Amino acid sequence: MLFRAQLRPGDRPVEFFHMATVRVLLFASYAEALGTSSLEIEVGAEPRVRDVLASVRARAGATQLPPSPLVAINERYARLDDPVGERDEVAIIPPVAGG
Amino acid sequence: MRVALVQAPIDVSAMLAEVSTASSGATTLFLGTVRDVNDARAVDGIEYSAYEAMARRELETIAREAEAQFGTPHIVVEHRIGFLALTDISIAIAVSHARRSPAMDAARYVIEEVKKRVPIWKREHYADGAREWVDPTRGHAEVRR
Repeated sequence: MLFRAQLRPGDRPVEFFHMATVRVLLFASYAEALGTSSLEIEVGAEPRVRDVLASVRARAGATQLPPSPLVAINERYARLDDPVGERDEVAIIPPVAGG
Repeated sequence: MRVALVQAPIDVSAMLAEVSTASSGATTLFLGTVRDVNDARAVDGIEYSAYEAMARRELETIAREAEAQFGTPHIVVEHRIGFLALTDISIAIAVSHARRSPAMDAARYVIEEVKKRVPIWKREHYADGAREWVDPTRGHAEVRR
């Protein structure tokens, strides 16, 4: 998100980008591959699911993730282009095998 | 309609009693159980885990879809999580309806959708000591022990 701040009247406004922190949950084989069941990752302005995935891919062990894993935002399946908010819970879902 | 993720063994009799009504002419009970072989390897047991909050939500969505599609509110689904031994019940689906066809079709619908959508995973424990996460999309993925 782009912020514009003016410290004192008459000063030139200062612009800066806010880096969002997103919580990412990992399960089963993905949690084993990355050695953790949750990550806090920094993403840039107005992140989408694909940006979150790109950040996760930079982590050690993430080579095991498929090109387009299933992702959920706040417990609902999401698309790669869906926006991610700072308080959202993003989950990367391995192939399901219930039943 | 009721769905649940449970740790303890599933009480099938209680589920049948729960869907039993005077207007039901047919009751279907589907059980998924742990079998002793998969892909020609001897299996000792299966460890089930879940994204629990989402799994409950998806189970509920599926049961509501079945309710609407097959015209009965008498649907109970329980999925067990944790380590299950051979013959243990991993999932039980009980449906009652006035007629047999929708009772059977609804149970079939629920198990098929569970396998597609509910975030539950299983790691098979083999007789030779190996353990692997089951990946229905491409057979089994080798995972370090």
